Amino acid sequence: MNTDLSEDHRLIQATVRDFAAKEIVPVAARLDQEARYPSEIIARAATLGLMGLMVPEEYGGAGMDSIANVLVQEELARASAGVQVIVSVNNSLVCDPIVRYGTAEQKRRYLPPLADGRSLGCYCLTEPSAGSDAMALETRAQRRGDDWVLDGRKFFVTNGVEADICIVYARSEDAPGARGLSAFLVEKSFPGISVGKVEHKLGIRCSSTSEILLDDCRVPAENLLGGRGEGGKIALATLDGGRIGIAAQAVGLARAALEDATAYVKERHIFGRPLSNFQATQWALADAATRIDAARLLTYRAAWLRDRGARCTREAATAKLIASETAMWATHRAVQLFGGYGYIQDYPLERYFRDAKITEIYEGTSEVLRLVLSRDLLGSRGNAHQ
Amino acid sequence: MNVIVCIKQVPDTEAPIRIRAGGGIDETGLNLVMNYYDEHATEAALRLREQFGGTVTVVAVGPERTREALRQALAMGADEATLLRDPALDAADHLQVARALAAFIRSRTPDAVICGKLSTDDNAAVVGAALAELLDLPQATAIAKLELDAGAGHATVHRELEGALEILEVPLPALFTVERSLNEPRYPSLPGIMKAKRKEIAVLDLAALGLSANELGPAGATLTGLATPPGRTAGIQVNGADPDAAVEAIVTFLGDRAKVL
Repeated sequence: MNTDLSEDHRLIQATVRDFAAKEIVPVAARLDQEARYPSEIIARAATLGLMGLMVPEEYGGAGMDSIANVLVQEELARASAGVQVIVSVNNSLVCDPIVRYGTAEQKRRYLPPLADGRSLGCYCLTEPSAGSDAMALETRAQRRGDDWVLDGRKFFVTNGVEADICIVYARSEDAPGARGLSAFLVEKSFPGISVGKVEHKLGIRCSSTSEILLDDCRVPAENLLGGRGEGGKIALATLDGGRIGIAAQAVGLARAALEDATAYVKERHIFGRPLSNFQATQWALADAATRIDAARLLTYRAAWLRDRGARCTREAATAKLIASETAMWATHRAVQLFGGYGYIQDYPLERYFRDAKITEIYEGTSEVLRLVLSRDLLGSRGNAHQ
Repeated sequence: MNVIVCIKQVPDTEAPIRIRAGGGIDETGLNLVMNYYDEHATEAALRLREQFGGTVTVVAVGPERTREALRQALAMGADEATLLRDPALDAADHLQVARALAAFIRSRTPDAVICGKLSTDDNAAVVGAALAELLDLPQATAIAKLELDAGAGHATVHRELEGALEILEVPLPALFTVERSLNEPRYPSLPGIMKAKRKEIAVLDLAALGLSANELGPAGATLTGLATPPGRTAGIQVNGADPDAAVEAIVTFLGDRAKVL
């Protein structure tokens, strides 16, 4: 494994860093305060090819690999974690499973608009009583003639309000747990699908989070994604990629905190000398840099494995676990270095801190990730509760 | 409308520059980028192609690493790229660089040659002007607006002068050097980066250009050394409470210390 980035990867990184600094950073605070969906930024991101990063070129995507994806996600998150998650969900949770499990017709129909910004996607797995225990979900899919009919309530759906194309996981088979699930490509324009309650959140406020209600929603049979009963497998394999994207988001947030704090402590004077002269400050920065480096390299490793077609469930969980806890730790320390200035909205530190918390929760809480990792160590029956 | 854009790879303007013990710049860890002015030159060429069709060719003089800057121009949308690379060019001064570029451009028949106004590493603003002379092309430097009439075969350009605007009409083919206010360069798109990856960057050495090292001529200037500017010392503050004493102090300073009186 080589940790040097290729010329193309460096160019992608530099391009998106520049884009994020010029077009996202200046509006990031306002987007957060107004909790407004950044449609103009998403449109610009789409013209750069950021909405279909890993979609093959024949379907209108950029045809890039997971390494390119994590580089892009880190740069976007460094500017705005809210903007980033909109992009990351579209790429990792929507385009990616269509690329991997879609039929030629599904790819031809859905990937080009998702990649060029005409459409936005969302991933509908979680339900009010099936979050960490996602495979217990209760949304029903029943076959009626040439259609499937979906009934249920999805919850905490990122991009739920703006999405045009929803991947909905529902129980189609008479089997418990993952084996009873199938995945469906549901267009918002289909009858019987609607947006329910829109949540007000602590962080990532410019991305929407909502309920998706399915009431006698008719989905043509050809919109089954993958085979019947393969939904659980698809949901979990897709989450491996999603977690890599969230790990990159967390790295970007932690880096934002470190970079801003590093600049601040050199300028801020206290007791007659710069804050950077105090060893307590120096160690906080050194610790943050060390953790960020570790989190970033583990994120690259997971992406690298995914690019090689290898199973990366453990590595993706490891990367997301350390990266999210690093984001929380680094933003927490950075707010403290800024003191009162870290707590007010004139500086972005409080936003980073609020945004960081979600990385420990969505796409697998830290507890679920520890469960994934411990199962790997102990075997699937090694857990006390089973 | 076939346009050739000359670009250069330079240290990022925010990069800390360290001088090597034996002279020259220490490139370890130095972030190298396409000269910003050249991004504007590339953008200008791409817009001409969008308006009139044709091709955009980018060319650079530099070591192997310069490929990255050429790749960026390809990712922005340039059609082809050529690197002029030769050990004899490693220490080339501005005139020698212009001679190498001229040899390449003579092998083509561009309607326009576009360069950045200057490169942000040494700020000389020489290569563009020298190149126009060598190619015997009319030139307009530091242009802030470019309008081209392909049918009439001329361009109308604006040059921003102190307190005035100079408007020139230039017959084509011509050479232009551009200001950053000319346009807003596009970002390389990710699909553009993927397409650029598949394009070959041609590499020509002096022999391929039909030049020999001594044909480049003796350097107009020889680099004898590099030094960082001395750090700024603290200023002197004169108390103005007693105007006569203050004047006396300033005159004394100008005479004895600054030695300008």
